[in-house]
Amino acid sequence: MKRLILIGAALAAILAGPANAQSPNKLLNASYDVARELFVSVNEAYAAQHAGVTIDQSHAGTSRQARAIAEGLEADVVTFNQVTDIDFLVKNGFVSEDWQKDFANQSSPFYSLPSFLVRTGNPKNIKDWSDLVRDDVQVIFPNPKTSGNARYTYLAATAYAREAFGNDEAKVKEFIDKLFDNVPVFDTGGRAATTTFVEREIGDVLITFEAETRGIAKEFGEDKFEVVTPSVSLLAEFPVAIVDRVVDKRGSRDLAKSYLDFLYTPEGQKIAAEHGHRVNDETVAAEFKDQFPEVRLVTVEDVFGGWDKVQEEHFAAGGLLDQIYGER
Amino acid sequence: MTAPARNRPPRVGDSPAVRRTLITAVLAIGAVLVLAPLVVILTQAFSLGFSYFAETITAPDTRHAILLTVLTALIAVPVNTVFGIAAAWAITKFDFPGRRLLLIVAEIPFSISPIVAGVAYLFVYGLQGLFGQALQDADIKILFALPGIVLASMFVTAPFVARELIPLMQAQGRDLEEAATSLGASGWRTFFSVTLPNIRWALLYGVVLCNARVMGEFGAVSVVSGNIRGQTNTLPLHVELLYHDYNTVGAFAAASILTVLAIFTIIAKVLLERQGAGRGGRPALAAPNAIPAEKPQ
Repeated sequence: MKRLILIGAALAAILAGPANAQSPNKLLNASYDVARELFVSVNEAYAAQHAGVTIDQSHAGTSRQARAIAEGLEADVVTFNQVTDIDFLVKNGFVSEDWQKDFANQSSPFYSLPSFLVRTGNPKNIKDWSDLVRDDVQVIFPNPKTSGNARYTYLAATAYAREAFGNDEAKVKEFIDKLFDNVPVFDTGGRAATTTFVEREIGDVLITFEAETRGIAKEFGEDKFEVVTPSVSLLAEFPVAIVDRVVDKRGSRDLAKSYLDFLYTPEGQKIAAEHGHRVNDETVAAEFKDQFPEVRLVTVEDVFGGWDKVQEEHFAAGGLLDQIYGER
Repeated sequence: MTAPARNRPPRVGDSPAVRRTLITAVLAIGAVLVLAPLVVILTQAFSLGFSYFAETITAPDTRHAILLTVLTALIAVPVNTVFGIAAAWAITKFDFPGRRLLLIVAEIPFSISPIVAGVAYLFVYGLQGLFGQALQDADIKILFALPGIVLASMFVTAPFVARELIPLMQAQGRDLEEAATSLGASGWRTFFSVTLPNIRWALLYGVVLCNARVMGEFGAVSVVSGNIRGQTNTLPLHVELLYHDYNTVGAFAAASILTVLAIFTIIAKVLLERQGAGRGGRPALAAPNAIPAEKPQ
């Protein structure tokens, strides 16, 4: 075994040389797992404006990406779908503390929200969160313990219930209990939940990011599903940040900034909208108005007092979520 | 056929009904467990037509994933072959303290989940790990680059060659090598003229298995790869990426490439087994062992 490691280390040393010979006309963007097509389009458009620049892409669950960066993955920029995973990088000294001030809209160039996907014709007539606790409705979303996507669903439902019951905690809890009782199977991730809903044909409604419903309809048949936008939902930010430790080492800060700025330009915003994300640019938003029905969005900060608090109260061991599971 | 049967007590499987049931059951299970998924992979891969299939597998990212997977195998398999021979040789031909320990260490990767191996590499080479900072200061990249992928693959497949060789070399004993040495052959000469010809089929078999595993390895590699498209995405990781991307057909197309590589490996294995059997190598070599060697004292 020792010998194996020695040989490996020697080999690695030989191979490591050329891997480092990166010039600052290259960027690595570490992104979330289902963003591949979005960034293929973004990078093409960006490269068309900036000759000679290559953007490399890494895709995986963002918690894993954050972990990988902390272990040495040299990503110049991160484009995540979870604020908490950038906070992890802040705690480890890779991203500056006030990263949310570096770019507009709290460094979130586009956003989305938990939305409903129902089967064509909406046979169960599902219109809003209150329909999800009906006895005849089966709901599909993944396990909030393991899926970031489902955490948004859980929080959005809780936010709705708090408004509906005037913060009566007992009634809110009853609502969430009922909602969870209507979920026949908790998959570990968003993709698996989609398979359950689409291919195994279980459940009447799938809850996932609005941005993803488009991809699902495209892959599995536009005529088989329709999107239902609830009256209120939770703002899901797609935060971006420059990884200071990497850009300082590589001298790529300017390029990294220019790349993330591009996401805010009308062209970048249009690409994001075309891939199902809501954007803040007014002209582009107006252009895609039909695609994005009106919805009132609340934020984690406003309703729950920030992600740290959410983590502590809801998702930590013994938190509210565990209590709900305990009663099932 | 029936005459001797009368002279012995009946055995399970003597009755045609039992035999038929067993064979049907095995075939059915085989079809459900192995054949059906294989068929699905291939039919799905071509479900949007051949041109879409060709487009997917010639896309730069997929092409790179194939190349990276083959390159990883080209490095990891030879290294593990040398390691396997060395370990098997040391364990079976010499007595030394720690021999059993070496045997156990060499087999550890078999019993450890690959993901644990990947995470262990993170703890050794990662920035938060043992050597991470030193490696970064020296500008050496191991994780999230080819070296990390190769190392993780090597870890997982380290026992494959040794595992094939050890039982065979144990059965063969040390007599031939001792004879060669006593006749004045050097160590290398003994190895190339005596040991290697005796173990070559088992060795090739081990290499084939090792290769199959390196190409298919997902868990360990996924931890240390960094998933950079066109750079550190191996073929199994690429399959996952396409699948998560709602590109099911693309995922199956990439999976079918992996399947084809695996089928080549199996064909190679079958050919090797036939070769090995045809030479009758093993029984002849095992023969000297049948006469217990006279032990001095």
